[in-house]
Amino acid sequence: MEILCFGLSHHTAPVELREKFAIPDGEVAGLAAQLRAAPGVKEAVIVSTCNRVEFYVAAEETAQGFAAVGEVVAARGTAPDAEGFHRLTTAGTIRHLFRVVSGLDSMVLGETEILGQVKKAYAAASEAGATSKHLNKLFQRAFNVAKEVRTKTNITRGAVSVGSVAVELAEKIFGRLANCHVMILGAGEMSELTAGAMAARGVHSIFVANRSYDRAVVLAEKMKGKAVHFDEWAREFHDVDILIGSTAAPHHVLTAAQLAPIMRTRPDRPLFCIDLAVPRDIEPAVNKLDGVYLYDIDALQAIADQSMGVRKQEIVVCEQMIERHAVEFSEWLAGGWTQAGVRYSATVSGAEPQQAKT
Amino acid sequence: MWRLVGCAPMELRSACHPLCSTTPIPGQRGVCQTATLPIYLPAAPRMDRPLLVISTFCFLFGFAYTMHALGARVYRASRLNFFAILIGFLCQTGFLYLRGQQVGRCPLTSLFEVLIFLSWALVLFYLLIGPTYRLSLLGAFTSPLAFALQVGALLLLKDAPVRISLPVNPWMELHAAISIVAYGAFALAGVAGVMYLAQERQLKTHHIHSIFYHLPPIRDLAVANGRLIFTGFALLAVGIGAGFMVGNWQSHASKVAWSLGVWVLYGAIFALSKGHRLSPRRVAWLSVAAFSVALVTLSGITFITEPGGN
Repeated sequence: MEILCFGLSHHTAPVELREKFAIPDGEVAGLAAQLRAAPGVKEAVIVSTCNRVEFYVAAEETAQGFAAVGEVVAARGTAPDAEGFHRLTTAGTIRHLFRVVSGLDSMVLGETEILGQVKKAYAAASEAGATSKHLNKLFQRAFNVAKEVRTKTNITRGAVSVGSVAVELAEKIFGRLANCHVMILGAGEMSELTAGAMAARGVHSIFVANRSYDRAVVLAEKMKGKAVHFDEWAREFHDVDILIGSTAAPHHVLTAAQLAPIMRTRPDRPLFCIDLAVPRDIEPAVNKLDGVYLYDIDALQAIADQSMGVRKQEIVVCEQMIERHAVEFSEWLAGGWTQAGVRYSATVSGAEPQQAKT
Repeated sequence: MWRLVGCAPMELRSACHPLCSTTPIPGQRGVCQTATLPIYLPAAPRMDRPLLVISTFCFLFGFAYTMHALGARVYRASRLNFFAILIGFLCQTGFLYLRGQQVGRCPLTSLFEVLIFLSWALVLFYLLIGPTYRLSLLGAFTSPLAFALQVGALLLLKDAPVRISLPVNPWMELHAAISIVAYGAFALAGVAGVMYLAQERQLKTHHIHSIFYHLPPIRDLAVANGRLIFTGFALLAVGIGAGFMVGNWQSHASKVAWSLGVWVLYGAIFALSKGHRLSPRRVAWLSVAAFSVALVTLSGITFITEPGGN
């Protein structure tokens, strides 16, 4: 039995081709069942995300398998021999899937979202009756590999984007963010993204202050927060735990002299200041105040870069784990292992059966 | 209290409880008013010290394992460190039980035993607090202190247990035991304070080390710190109250003053932090400093009042 992979990803195809070829969630299961019914194809799973569309197929012969996938692709209006598509045979497919679910093939190295997406795709194909012995075994093993890679290496360590670094730091200061009040000064794109990441963690409330009140109202509605007139932000500031500065002001909007008396009234309540503006909105000296933690855009980016460096260092270890599992799976596929995980060759030679490392 | 002036033989001087309040009877130099002759333990092999050594190695293992894993960036939150500390605690408990059997009372008859009891109380609070608050790495920070207390006791202090045939005064036992358990709470507050300062420094300087991802949020550490200080404060109040119930407290005014001083110090820290007069950072610094001072003075006073210690 051959296990094949045909598709495209952010490595091989531009977004224009990916979006053209993308398969909506609702069509994935039906398409997998359709492919499963093609001559020579025994099983099929289709993974479609914003960064990749891949067909995983178990076929009796390589040529038959790729031909069946090619027909499906052509039926969707794309030439299967167009530039940007990759074709992998058994050994390459096994390694590729293990790398994909482990986040090694992702645009953001080590991201974990892809595992959920592949699980969803597999479940859809399975429910549609498009999977059987080989792909069931392959995908189950892939999920185990992903778990092992994530728990035994630092491939997911630290946040690697400015917004997620800000959220991670906030959680290291406050723990759960459910009781935190966030204030946005300046309704810019970066502040919106960062506040959105905070909102996704369930912050208690969000205040938006902007020189244009209408823009503040729009963003506040989007964030399910409260718009504040820019001249009145200081009035609402006392209860704020997280301040996101992103105004276009040419001077500091918040200075240490302004903040010091406020902090004296709330010594047991830290303040996390995120300054995304250039020129900066918050005077650097506020970081010297007790209980105030100030991060500007460079500091956040430096932490993101550091985390990415740690992840890159882990690639070699991850690849070694994946290689070990890929070799074991290839042996099983070649008939070296029974369903129960006992090596054929050992039992045939009369030696003690060896338990598979699953 | 209990300053021997020379006529009693050395072996007699170790008969009195170092934390007790008994006063020498005027004219009977070197004889505690309630003391009778000590009974030396037979030279048979003692099982208590091996237990203590095992527990010490358990704490060393827990600490070394965590530090190695953090250094190699392969640390994963696991129960290995917790179980190492748990085994160490069980061995400590075994030691204290056997020692209690040997001396015929709560094993607080020497500075050696006081330090071991303090280490036990520290670990006890960790085992109670750690799983409840899920403060990651609290064990890794607790084990070196427990290890240091026990190694210090094993290497630096004489350990000659003596059975004291005095009748056991329950108030005295309660006073001594509860007071040391209170110090265990103060010790763990100091540990939480160190963790707070380590995490806070990284947040302030933006220099994020691998340990940053495993340390708990500083707010959780501040909460744990405050609760431990209050717990120790309340327990020490009970201990001091029990001490007054023993009676004759005027004869050991220096110890009473010292105990009250420690109690007032922690009470002030707690009150100021609750009254929003101190930031968590200052409370963390104070919890470390206060425990350091309390440990040194406890050792000093216990050593001075210990028979033969002066």
